[in-house]
Amino acid sequence: MTDADTTGKPGPQSKYDYSKGPAPLEINMTWCKACNICIALCPKQVLEPDRNGKPVQARPENCTQCTLCWIHCPDFAITSNYK
Amino acid sequence: MATAEKAKQKSDVTLHYLRPGKKFPSVWCPGCGNGVVMGSLIRAIDNLGLSKDEVVLVSGIGCSSRLPVYLDFNSLHTTHGRALPFATGAKFAQPHMKVIVITGDGDALAIGGNHFIHACRRNIDITAILINNHIYGMTGGQGSPTTPGGTFSTTTPYGNVEKHFDPCSLAAAAGATFVARSTVYHEPQLQKLIGQAISHRGFSLVEAISNCHTYFGRLNRKGDAVAMFDAFKERAVPVGKASKMTEEELEDKIVTGVIHNVEKTEFCDEYQKVVDAHMGEK
Repeated sequence: MTDADTTGKPGPQSKYDYSKGPAPLEINMTWCKACNICIALCPKQVLEPDRNGKPVQARPENCTQCTLCWIHCPDFAITSNYK
Repeated sequence: MATAEKAKQKSDVTLHYLRPGKKFPSVWCPGCGNGVVMGSLIRAIDNLGLSKDEVVLVSGIGCSSRLPVYLDFNSLHTTHGRALPFATGAKFAQPHMKVIVITGDGDALAIGGNHFIHACRRNIDITAILINNHIYGMTGGQGSPTTPGGTFSTTTPYGNVEKHFDPCSLAAAAGATFVARSTVYHEPQLQKLIGQAISHRGFSLVEAISNCHTYFGRLNRKGDAVAMFDAFKERAVPVGKASKMTEEELEDKIVTGVIHNVEKTEFCDEYQKVVDAHMGEK
């Protein structure tokens, strides 16, 4: 199991530039129930399911902080680092 | 930077209102709209600047009525359908507090239907948030008073032959002074309506259309939580646009927004007048 599978952080292959700050979202993998609402509602395809169906930030550089993922999260598993 | 700090609080503000020591995640199915309503309620209360001691949450029995268990406010978890009578008592004893009733469609309209119309009639300052998922979810998918005609549930295996209740029309006709409806897909609107309902003086009802993909969605082939969310997006019609549409066009639509908003005398105020008028006698 890689780091991305347990924390929802961008994987090692991600092109995200950490010098600009932390990744846009924090995902609490223990509270997440893999309902896929955040993945389906994201207009920029930032999130992708991992092998358990839980979201991983596959394209964090696309995030526009539109807030759709965390206001619709029924389990409060997603928080934003910026907005 | 200051705005970033303030904004950062906004996404994790929900976490500050959760009951400490409560085991998470919640008991609800993955993708259940009750969690979305819980988030809306927390953000609405936070935007109004109410403290945890000023709010009383009352609930009955059902999936939706598990909601106050997770929140760190004064709370009452009462018998089936009797959340509104308990809330009336709480409001009468502590008129300065904001009493919010979290109830489901079966809880408010089936076993508690009588209490519901009489709470509306009295126009007591209670906010009722009715989470309508069109089915009895906790007990195994039986048909509820809001199960639409022709749809399937475990007690209507050949399709429901009954017509369904419209809680908003019922409340407005019974005398409630603020009636609004939204869905869990339209979370920003839901949050705004809950805020308006809490601020409103008098009985206010917010109907939050929610998804039960475990029973209602599965038995009616409506798909998973995401498919039901998308259906809410397509079926929702704002109240202004709906006034120009015919009844046939509104057949399968959800009218969202503030449906009824009037000012009437409030029950606690009227009772206080009676008390003040007769205190000097004898």
